[in-house]
Amino acid sequence: MKKHLDRRRFLKIAGTSMGVGALYTVWPGLGRSAEAAELARRLGAATGERPTPFSFAQLSDAHVGFDGPVGTRALEKAVATINGLPRRPDLVLFTGDLTHDTEKPGEHAARMNLFKEISGRLQVQKIYHVPGEHDAGLDGGELFRNVFGPTSYSFDHRGVHFIGLDNVSRAKPEVGAEQRAWLAKDLSRFHQTTPIVVFTHRPLFDLRPDWEWFTSDGDDVMNLLAPYENVTVLYGHIHREDHHISGHAQHFAARSLSFAFPDPDKVEEKKAIPFDKDQPFKNLGLRLIDRTTAAGARADAIRVQDVELAMSELSGTEGFQQLTKPATF
Amino acid sequence: MTRQWTLRIAGSGLAFVAGLLAVASPSARAQDEPRVIVITAKRFEFSPNLITLARGETVKLQIKSEDVTHGLFVRPLGIDTEIVPGRVTELTVTPATAGTYRAICDHFCGAGHGGMKMTIIVRE
Repeated sequence: MKKHLDRRRFLKIAGTSMGVGALYTVWPGLGRSAEAAELARRLGAATGERPTPFSFAQLSDAHVGFDGPVGTRALEKAVATINGLPRRPDLVLFTGDLTHDTEKPGEHAARMNLFKEISGRLQVQKIYHVPGEHDAGLDGGELFRNVFGPTSYSFDHRGVHFIGLDNVSRAKPEVGAEQRAWLAKDLSRFHQTTPIVVFTHRPLFDLRPDWEWFTSDGDDVMNLLAPYENVTVLYGHIHREDHHISGHAQHFAARSLSFAFPDPDKVEEKKAIPFDKDQPFKNLGLRLIDRTTAAGARADAIRVQDVELAMSELSGTEGFQQLTKPATF
Repeated sequence: MTRQWTLRIAGSGLAFVAGLLAVASPSARAQDEPRVIVITAKRFEFSPNLITLARGETVKLQIKSEDVTHGLFVRPLGIDTEIVPGRVTELTVTPATAGTYRAICDHFCGAGHGGMKMTIIVRE
């Protein structure tokens, strides 16, 4: 998709879905014009670094310690898969429920440490985490903070501003006034065209409130993000993929690394999809998104593309089995 | 699966308005003293787990917890409250629309939290 350069569209995160989490490639469509250079300079001044191509992966809902047939195998396989990619992502974002909660003394910490040990095998520059309610709902996030640090924070990477939001550790599905005030301050230094990726656990919109698939002040959060034209929200919690559009923002859910939930539009009761021993990773998966849309553009063209996550026809199929398909990444 | 903003907003907006009518409108309340329904929450169930109301009937819910803090959340009825152990939480509800509603605990209370729910039936 070629577009004339304007401030409204800058980056595209696009490609092919391969079904545990997601791997995204951020591909700024910059040409060699003075205008493009100026845009990159301006964004670089805001984020401390000019946008350059890179990729990152999202993994979610490993539920280490959950008494299920998959155990930690899906997490371990996802780690191995990412390490085996010809072009490894710079970053891995974990969007919560790293562990399954337990009140047995010491056991939750052991699960958190097991998660950290397995995910620590990832051969990437940096791993970021936000908690899920199973990590932080019972203790207000104390254990999570002891192991991983703050439950909400932001950072910049190659011209993209990343924001980790905590919508679980208040026990209710909410971000809370204090964190929203922090978010407003955090955003205030950025130009409205800055590419922003928010990663959190619960959906920031009413996906299925009677399944607790919502964040009560999600609208307030999205209102803070509304002035920004390139916003992508990545979340977990629902153990299935989903794509939702609100204003300038696109919301994407990653699959789980433990068990899957059914389509909320098709069933009334929230019950995990039964485990299929012959296909242990069915409905779990790694979504791989690559830079195919950047191919074929004229070298001198100024390609300015939306920040969006485009899922292909492979999305929603058989999870890890897709990884045997030829990769273009 | 792609979800469109307009549909979601329309749905949640109607639910929100219905909730406001149900909970906040004094004119909707019955003249007589409302019926009282006592609900007990404990991990990971509500008791009773099914209550039946009449559309337009004003009832008073008295909710208490036997163990930890729970929540009671029913978006279409405008119910969203914390149930703190050691005290009775009171809500006055006047359902405006007949239907079957799922009430959930929305205050994380442990490993079985996701299955803690009850049903509220509102008859015509």
